[in-house]
Amino acid sequence: MAQEIRNYTMNFGPQHPAAHGVLRLVLEMDGETVVRADPHVGLLHRGTEKLAESKPFNQSIGYMDRLDYVSMMCNEHAYVRAIETLLGIEVPERAQYIRTMFDEITRILNHLMWVGSNALDLGAMAVFLYAFREREELMDVYEAVSGARMHATYYRPGGVYRDLPDHMSQYRESPWHKGKDLKRLNSWREGSMLDYLEAFTNDFPTKVDEYEELLTNNRIWKQRTVGIGVIPPEKAQAWGMTGVMLRGSGIAWDLRKKQPYAKYAEMDFDIPVGVGGDCYDRYLVRVEEMRQSNRIIKQCVQWLKANPGPVIVQNYKVAPPHRENMKEDMEALIHHFKLFTEGYGVPAGETYAAVEAPKGEFGCYLVSDGANKPFRVHLRAPGFAHLSSMDAIVRGHMLADVVAMIGTYDLVFGEVDR
Amino acid sequence: MTDTPINSLAERLAARFGDTLKISAVRNEVTAEVAAADLLAVATALRDEAPFRFGVPIDVCGVDYMSYGQTEWDTETVSGTGFSRGVEGEAVGRFAWSDRPRADALPNRFASVVHLLSLENNQRLRLRTFCEDDTLPVVPSLTGIWPGVNWFERESFDLYGIIYEGHPDLRRILTDYGFVGHPFRKDFPLIGNVEVRYDPEQKRVVYEPVSIEPRVLVPRVIRDDADLLQAKAEAADNWRNN
Repeated sequence: MAQEIRNYTMNFGPQHPAAHGVLRLVLEMDGETVVRADPHVGLLHRGTEKLAESKPFNQSIGYMDRLDYVSMMCNEHAYVRAIETLLGIEVPERAQYIRTMFDEITRILNHLMWVGSNALDLGAMAVFLYAFREREELMDVYEAVSGARMHATYYRPGGVYRDLPDHMSQYRESPWHKGKDLKRLNSWREGSMLDYLEAFTNDFPTKVDEYEELLTNNRIWKQRTVGIGVIPPEKAQAWGMTGVMLRGSGIAWDLRKKQPYAKYAEMDFDIPVGVGGDCYDRYLVRVEEMRQSNRIIKQCVQWLKANPGPVIVQNYKVAPPHRENMKEDMEALIHHFKLFTEGYGVPAGETYAAVEAPKGEFGCYLVSDGANKPFRVHLRAPGFAHLSSMDAIVRGHMLADVVAMIGTYDLVFGEVDR
Repeated sequence: MTDTPINSLAERLAARFGDTLKISAVRNEVTAEVAAADLLAVATALRDEAPFRFGVPIDVCGVDYMSYGQTEWDTETVSGTGFSRGVEGEAVGRFAWSDRPRADALPNRFASVVHLLSLENNQRLRLRTFCEDDTLPVVPSLTGIWPGVNWFERESFDLYGIIYEGHPDLRRILTDYGFVGHPFRKDFPLIGNVEVRYDPEQKRVVYEPVSIEPRVLVPRVIRDDADLLQAKAEAADNWRNN
């Protein structure tokens, strides 16, 4: 006797550990096979762009951190670059090196988060613990320069907030850190922040080997990722994909090489490219990117150690003067007062500034009418474009592959929903 | 930055499209303004023809040009008691739903802005289309040309109420289920319209009119005075030698 079997609709999320935040996926299933996927986003919509319209330019930098909250400084970079373009100011060289270095630190932070959580989604618990060990070390660098572990607000139009610190905070003796362990933890932290980073970069490649040891030839990992979510290069382009999603499909497109900003033109690094365009290739690309980022950080550390200098423009209409000057210099006081009560006007015009964020092209479209607040800010989030292709990619895949796909998109809902 | 000088993209556009496009090239960025009626033909040509090959739709977003150039502080005229420091006008964030500013027949109020990227030619283009009617802004949808604009157009519809004609699935995307209004329009209050809370008596989530007061700390001001000029001059200075 023939039995009628109907497709049924399944709700995935918004509270699901593999949804990476607040993604609600309405899946139409034919047994285990996905017939249609309808992602519902916006559960984390905060209206960042509209909020930015009501505030002076500098007060919105902090919002940028909270967009893609695992690659904080890259978002800031796009925003401050847009402002700098309209203002027509040039950023001091040292600040550009610092930005390049922190963009790459951010890339490692992001990819560590990604490799850990994606492995966790696909059933490998240990990678997460390994990845977060190094992530913690880099978070300390964020904290050392900005005082905040994540939401740094470190980049400012015209440079960065302040120069790199000449010491790192050390662990104190406690019931959890003592004896040999304490000595090991503090051994990198004797000198300046750059010394610490140097020690980190010397050590980090072996750590990447450890992640690879756990995953690259892991049979289960390969079963879950090889041949899954294949994106042909033409499709990747038509869907507005950028970053790893594009490079995984074999297109060697990287803004750091093709439209270099900050100091990328002077850096020696390679662009890893995938072959098959599946989840496994994108994994390999991201792992290699961590190694390349490590190379860039090394070069920046070397340059920064040798070349002191100002880290923000000495244009007091845009960046505040030194605090000490304010105590004695009337003009400095006025500059400071005007900057913090009114901000600065940005010449009328429009611009689009993009950076190669860890997830893809993060862009900021800025329209100014000459006021001290932006007239319109639009933030182009790579994750938004990537997620929109979900339906086209996962049709015909199994339910478990949807999880692999969400993982490989490297979604963070702070930026998707803005 | 690009292999080919950027002016040549503007020139190539002018040569190919003539009066259909209004082209400007500022700071290495090319902007082309196109009428809604010509948008589809122009976009198809931009994607397919060799000198352009804009294969990647980077971004589509709405812009509401209402209140463009309006300020809250008068910095030009001075009275016997000094400059005006009273905040005037209804700039973003200063009004509630009941006293929102009325937009009376503002020509070209809404625009849909598309950013395109060509990987082959390593060039970018900004394509702007103004909506003719601001009470019912309509622009043709580009989903047939680049599938990737789908969500961006939904977002622009959601936030600005721009209708993309021919879009296969023009639903709201970022706002709440059942949301009323288009929140990024300049006449939509920053504080919003309704607020949500859990009502323990009714044992469900209830929507109520907002109770917060509109508040903005820093007035919007445009200065055309020496400040900007000086900033420019200082920037032009080679500060590193100072």
